[in-house]
Formats: sequence, C-alpha cells, structure tokens
Amino acid sequence: MQTVLYDSSFEGFFTAVFEIYEYKIKDPDIRQQGAAPVSLFGGQHTVHTDTAKAMRVVKKLEEKLSADAFANIYRVLLSEKPGMENVLFRYIQYALQAAQSIETDYSHPDVLWIQQVVRKMGREKHRMEAFIRFQKTKDGLFYATVAPDFNVLPLIRKHFEDRYADQRWLIYDTRRKYGLYYDLHSVTEVTIDFAATLNDKASLRTLHDEQEDLYQSLWKTYFGSTNIEARRNMKLHIQHMPRRYWKYLTEKLPG
Amino acid sequence: MPSSLNQHTMSERISEKLTILSDAAKYDVSCASSGSDRKNENKGLGNASNGICHAYTEDGRCVSLLKILLTNYCIYDCAYCISRKSNDIKRAAFTVQEVVDLTMNFYRRNYIEGLFLSSGIFKNADYTMERLVLVAKKLRTEHRFNGYIHLKTIPGASDELMQEAALYADRLSVNVEMPTKESLRLLAPDKNRNDMLKPMRYIDKALTQNQEEKKVFKKAPTLAPAGQSTQMVIGATPETDLQILYMSHFFYQKIHLKRVYYSGYVPVSNDNRLPAIGTPVPFIRENRLYQADWLMRFYHFRVDEIVSPQEPLLDAQIDPKLSWALRNLQLFPVDINTADYMLIMRIPGIGIQSARKICEARKFSRLGMHHLQKIGIAVNRAKYFITTSDAPVLKDYQPMQIKEFILNEGSSKYQPNFSPQLKLF
Repeated sequence: MQTVLYDSSFEGFFTAVFEIYEYKIKDPDIRQQGAAPVSLFGGQHTVHTDTAKAMRVVKKLEEKLSADAFANIYRVLLSEKPGMENVLFRYIQYALQAAQSIETDYSHPDVLWIQQVVRKMGREKHRMEAFIRFQKTKDGLFYATVAPDFNVLPLIRKHFEDRYADQRWLIYDTRRKYGLYYDLHSVTEVTIDFAATLNDKASLRTLHDEQEDLYQSLWKTYFGSTNIEARRNMKLHIQHMPRRYWKYLTEKLPG
Repeated sequence: MPSSLNQHTMSERISEKLTILSDAAKYDVSCASSGSDRKNENKGLGNASNGICHAYTEDGRCVSLLKILLTNYCIYDCAYCISRKSNDIKRAAFTVQEVVDLTMNFYRRNYIEGLFLSSGIFKNADYTMERLVLVAKKLRTEHRFNGYIHLKTIPGASDELMQEAALYADRLSVNVEMPTKESLRLLAPDKNRNDMLKPMRYIDKALTQNQEEKKVFKKAPTLAPAGQSTQMVIGATPETDLQILYMSHFFYQKIHLKRVYYSGYVPVSNDNRLPAIGTPVPFIRENRLYQADWLMRFYHFRVDEIVSPQEPLLDAQIDPKLSWALRNLQLFPVDINTADYMLIMRIPGIGIQSARKICEARKFSRLGMHHLQKIGIAVNRAKYFITTSDAPVLKDYQPMQIKEFILNEGSSKYQPNFSPQLKLF
C-alpha cells in the first residue's frame, strides 16, 4: 500500500488520480495532507496540484459520466467523509474501464455508497435552505450563522443568490470559519473570523435593525399559534427538525 | 403620546391580530409551496419552485407559508368552522398593508416560502375577494415579490376578480369542506355546493385556455402556475372512504386539481350535528386517505382498485397498497429481475424511487435480497410478494397469514390506537 497525499482541493484530488495512473501506484491510499497520521508501512507519494493533469482526468470522466454523476463526485468531496477519496478512486477506475455507463449500478458497493452520501449531502443542503434564519442589521445586511454537518455552503450559494437578489446577505459557517457574502451584484467567499463578534450576543443586539426584534417575536407568535394542540406529535416534530439545528432557529429559541 | 409608546402598542396590536388570524387559518391543512416555476427575473425578492418546509410545528406539520386569514369576521354560520358567525370568539382584521409587510419581512428572513391568504366573508364575496387580490397585486407589482402566493377563491366572486387572482397567485383553491352536498346542506345551510364548483370550473377553463395561449404567444402571462387544490373535512359527517375517494377522483379527472387535502376533523363546537369536543382527531383514517390519494396520483392505481361498494372503508390496520396486494395475491410473486416497472412499484414495501433503482441496477447484475436491502427496500414487507436471484420460490401463504406476519413484526406507529385501552390525549 502506498499513501498518496494531496492538498484537499478538487484539482489536487484529480491530480492525484492522474498520478496514480502515471506512476502505476499499486493499492493507493489517498489522504489529505496533514489530516491524519500517515501509515508507517509502505511508501508515500506527495501530489503537487497540477491543473493540466487534473483537467485531463476531468475531460476523460466527462466522456464516461453524465453531468449529474460528475457533479456527484464534487458533492462527495464536500462531504468530508473519511475514506471518500479511496471510494471515489475505485469508482473512477470502475467507470473508466467499463464499456457502458456504470453510474446506476446500485448493486456495486462503491456506486451505492456514493449515491447514499450524495443523498445525505442533498438532505443537508435542503435543511440549510430551510433552516437558515437571517437577522437584519442597521445597515441593511441580512446575516445568518450555521454549522452544517457537511461543507454545503458551495451547494446552497446559487439558491440564495437567485432568491435574495435585492438584499445584501451573509451566511457564515462557524465550523469551517468561512462565509458567503452577497453585495447585490455577486457572491464572494469571505474568511474573516466573525466568531468573536457573533458570540457576543449583547453587542450584536446593538447592531440590529430597530424592527428586527419585532419580526423575530412576530415569527415566534406565528409559529406558536399555527400549531394545533389536539394534533401534538413531538416525535414527528423532532424527526423533521432535529435538535442540533435548534440553536439557529429563531422560533425554537427561548424567550 | 410619545412615539416609542405608540410603536409599542402598535406592535402589540399586530401581534394579537397575528395570533387570532393564524389560529383561525390553521385548520386549512394545505401548505404546499411547490409546483410553481416563478423565477426572480426582475432582481426582485424571491422565487417559487420546489417548495421548502422552513419549520415544523409541534404537531409535526410543515410550515412553508405564512397562512393567515385577512379577517375572521364572517357572515356565514358553517357548523364545522371556528370562525362561524354564531361562535363567540375574538375577531380581528388585517389591513392590506399589514399583510404585505408581514409577508415581505418574514420572507426576507427566510422564514417562509410565501403567503397563503384566506378570509372570512365580510359584506359579500366580491368585497372580500377584491381585498385578497389587492394584497397579491401589491406584493407582485409594488414590491416585486416573486415568492409563492396561494389565494382562496371566494365562491360567488365575479369572473373578473377570479381572472385577476389567477394573474398574481401561484395557486388558487376553494374548499368544498364536506364530501357530499347532503353534508354541506346539513352543516353549512347558507352555502351551496354548486357555488363552490362553479369557480373551480371557471378557473380550470381559464388555466387550460392560458396553456393554449402560451403555446402561441410565449409572452402571455402565466395564470396560477401551481393550479388549484381543495380540502375535505374528514370524520365530521358519515361519508365512507368510497364516497370521499370517488370525490377526489372526480376532482383530479374532471377539474384537474393538483391536490386534494383531507383534514381530520378537530372538534371546535358543541353543536349536536358534529362530533363532541374532546373526540379524538381521526388521524389513522386521514393517513390512509392520503396513502390512497398517493396511489391514485403517483402509482397509477384506479380508484376502484382501492375501494369498492363491497369494501367501502379502507383497512385501518394496514396501508391501502398492502390491502390491494392481499386482495390480488394471484398477481404475485413478482420476479424482481424481470417484472415491469409499473408492477414493481405496486409491490408492498417498494416505493417509486426504489422501483426505479431496481430497474436500473438489474441491468448490471441479477438482484438478490441483499441488494434490495442495501437499496433501502422494506424487505420484511416485500418478501411475501417477490422472487429474487437468491430466493427464487415463494412459500404459499393465505392473505390473512401475511397480514398477521406483517402486523406482528412491525410496530405500527398507530399500534396504541388498536389496543383496547384508549390513550387519553
């Protein structure tokens, strides 16, 4: 077994795939640099990300896979699941050697695994689109903080860009310490560390638009009175709104 | 008066109105915000496409839209309705601007997908409808709001107002409320069933015509892209599931409704024509009706395959698809590796997505039980109806036996309801 180290970028991953073929590396174990201790046994190969090599792999894959299946590779890489690179590499091998498209061969464990991770990513993406709650500041910025299970900000970007075209907004991932900022023209990634500001609830309040509290409280009122007590079903409620998301939901916050 | 105090009392008033007018609107179960394709092309606010549930109430229902009444003042006295004239409750009315502000501000914070606006009838049908349309018009034109709008069409309102409503709304609906005209006459003596069907038919015609127009003139405005829906109250009156499902069948086939909702009656009145306050909401029946509805809309079941004059009630213990399979055991076992897609989706324990996956995966290799398990099929249920590469023969069981097996191994979410000891709410 040989450990193949790459820089955790997409291009880096595809470069790694290229070099495994190029150097005929047997039994590769693809890992991100600095992520985990490297095996003491077997050799080690460090990949230097190379756009030209990456693009050759991408082009080849685009011939073999549908656009959806290719997008799924991207989604899996955003999942941060341990071992995802090795599954993807085996999947790519399988796709390249097959005469026909293999992307719907759900009897193959790697194809099925990818499909299942993609579904989980889809679910988390959807939850973010549902559960993000913006708060308005005095200067008209709508901001929200999240800590998704997977790195889904790149996947929700378009949704929010299309929808909230006439307001400035910021969605900040506190776990991965970066955010998306829309300035009425385009969305950019921002990496300023907002954590300190965001944790200071008192100073945040002073930044809020004067009607922010009113609308938060009206939303809580609505959430409470639209419930039908005779139909109470907390199990279903929690199944749909898992507790780990409550800290971001205005309507579930006390007070 | 100091302005801060002024503002304070104003926000209290709006909060009280919101409490009253959302409480009165919540018995309308529709919350769908899907089926439209409104895009944000004017760099305004919002779009309407797939529908998102932004929250779930403690009763487990999705909150997708701001669902409110414009007012709960009403000239009618329908026994099943909480806003009926004779009911001694607090009354309130929003102004058009208040509804617009609430919608915009909730939407901007990503609380909702849009607005579902209904109303009690004040003065007359046209007067009420006019105000509903005005809210939608303001949102669309003054605020460039492209989120979802569902408007109630008020029976008896003029055709011009209906047409205008369709121009701004994504969905329109009239609730027939009672599954038969006899029940309606009993409980809502001021209302006439034909008055309800008339606007549905009018809108249906207008939508069909609009689709034709759009084929010729691409630029023609789209009328109510998410179509129409309606709601029937279940369990307030003695109709059978057969009557209810045939009614739905009529709505889907003849008026092309997108959805029929079934609302288990929540007792809100001591009227002796209705189940008493404290009577449990018929959850199981409501759930079985939705399952039957899904079979008609997505699984290509005919209504007479689900209910019949001999068996006018759905089985409460098992779902209608399993019921159908047990009545038609001669069609089974089905060979997973060769059967037609349409038949595979009829197998208990296999949904549409799984059926599709089976048909894809079997092109690569013959499928066994372990494959099915991995794909996510309810094998415990399906195993009585299928053969696979590793289980090529099926033991012969009687329908009652299979039903027993399935009931014994699964713990139905309704189990407590079947035990003789009733759970108190």
